Amino acid sequence: MRKVAVIGAGQTKFSGAQSLSLTELFAEAASEAMADAHIEARDVKALFIGNALGDFAEGQGMAPAFIADYIGTMNVPANRYDGACASASMAIRDAFLLVANGVYDIVIAGGVERAASLGTPLATRTFAMFSDSRYEFPAGMTFPGVFALLAHRYAARYGLPIEKLKEQMAQVSVQSYQRGLHNPKAHLRKSVTTADVLKSFTVASPIQLHDCCPFSDGAAALVIAAEDKAQVLSSKPVYFAGVGQASSGPLASQGGYLPRLKARELSAKQAYDMAGLTPADIDVCELHDCFSIASIIAAEGLGFFDPGTAGEAWLRGEADIGGKVAINPSGGLKSKGHPIGATGAAQVYEIVRQLRGEVEAERQVPDAAIGMTDTLGGDGGTMVSLILKRGW
Amino acid sequence: MTIKLSFKEYDAALRENRLMGLKCGRCQETLCPPRGACAHCGSTDLEPVELSGRGKIASFTTLFVAAEGRDQELPYALALVALEEGPHLIGRIDTACPDKLDMSVIGKNVTTAHAVFGGDKYSAGDAAYPLFKLAD
Ligand SMILES: [Zn+2]
Repeated sequence: MRKVAVIGAGQTKFSGAQSLSLTELFAEAASEAMADAHIEARDVKALFIGNALGDFAEGQGMAPAFIADYIGTMNVPANRYDGACASASMAIRDAFLLVANGVYDIVIAGGVERAASLGTPLATRTFAMFSDSRYEFPAGMTFPGVFALLAHRYAARYGLPIEKLKEQMAQVSVQSYQRGLHNPKAHLRKSVTTADVLKSFTVASPIQLHDCCPFSDGAAALVIAAEDKAQVLSSKPVYFAGVGQASSGPLASQGGYLPRLKARELSAKQAYDMAGLTPADIDVCELHDCFSIASIIAAEGLGFFDPGTAGEAWLRGEADIGGKVAINPSGGLKSKGHPIGATGAAQVYEIVRQLRGEVEAERQVPDAAIGMTDTLGGDGGTMVSLILKRGW
Repeated sequence: MTIKLSFKEYDAALRENRLMGLKCGRCQETLCPPRGACAHCGSTDLEPVELSGRGKIASFTTLFVAAEGRDQELPYALALVALEEGPHLIGRIDTACPDKLDMSVIGKNVTTAHAVFGGDKYSAGDAAYPLFKLAD
């Protein structure tokens, strides 16, 4: 396999409902990524795009074909990836695999979504489509419902009083807002206290409004290139060190293992093994915090903290810049926003810029050399792990 | 792959408050809801069996926000139930006061009845779902 680098990264501002189409949003992110990589669209040999809900958001299926034409990549293969919230990470992993294996030299991988444009009731309905349609949705399962079940399961399994867990969850949200305040591309930029979180309304007990990420519109894109191209085009190539992906069935079929998510643990192990690294080697991690409890479960599943202890780690500052591992200095899905098909690409965008030392001083992880992304699709049905490292 | 217990067959039985699952001929584990291969060993040597419908609540949540078209059902409580025979199942808790549930409901014994979701424009028609009755 050839070495493969990210040589360009672009992201639109993440936001509430806005007027740009899917194609226009992706074009904006891709333009920024191509300018960053010093390439033109005609240099791109394939396009891999995460997009879960284009059909519902604007009646647009098969968006990548239209995007390829719109941005001028000249009739290249253009694939759509749907792994719910992990769609873009799947696209990036496949881009890595195809470049590594010599099929393409330069590709664009990323994602785009207009999730806020759906409005809350329809967005809630479509996100619920990432649960089992025949055996779980009829009972009334929703996306917050999945994580609410996990939160109560977590408290019961680890013998944590629910009030204590809620305080830990609130701290996860408070930290994300603090970091996102300094991210100009973040959707929600405000200061929030633990008291604010705990007095917000309950969406699905024990999950309250400020435990949830927003529905967002936005896009993110990466230019991914083989080593020989990367050496010519980039002074700061960020190399893939390890990748992993795994799947799971319906939430109930994961029953005995919950609140741990086996697919994540398998995916992360693949990435660590390929990279020859351990959790202790990771300086900065963008993990999937669609809900505050999701951060706690993810940080444990990735091996940063022992099961049942991540909430305490947040309270002690060990999951923040200057701690054991800097988690979600972008503000995470909570503050930065969650345009689901774009989310994984925005995580990689953040890691690339962190490793290059390019983010705002208030949220820059000092001397970050190795970064990781963790993206979860739906109820854990799709999990993708990517480990990236400085190439200079 | 021969489908040994289809969604329609499972659904029809549930509407009679009979909970159907599958027994694996290779590892003897019980599976529910239906699937094409054993989750424990991957075997497709599966035979339909009727389950007791008894289990314990492993987790719960009370929802105050619903998907489009289902607001009138709010609030309602969902449970993850560990069935006596091993598998887990998600359904609704049969209670007049879903907003009063707390952590003490975890570990409670339940039996399985059913209710029916009428379907919406994004689903393949109506479907029964488990309705768990607290047995304690
Ligand atoms: Zn078996």
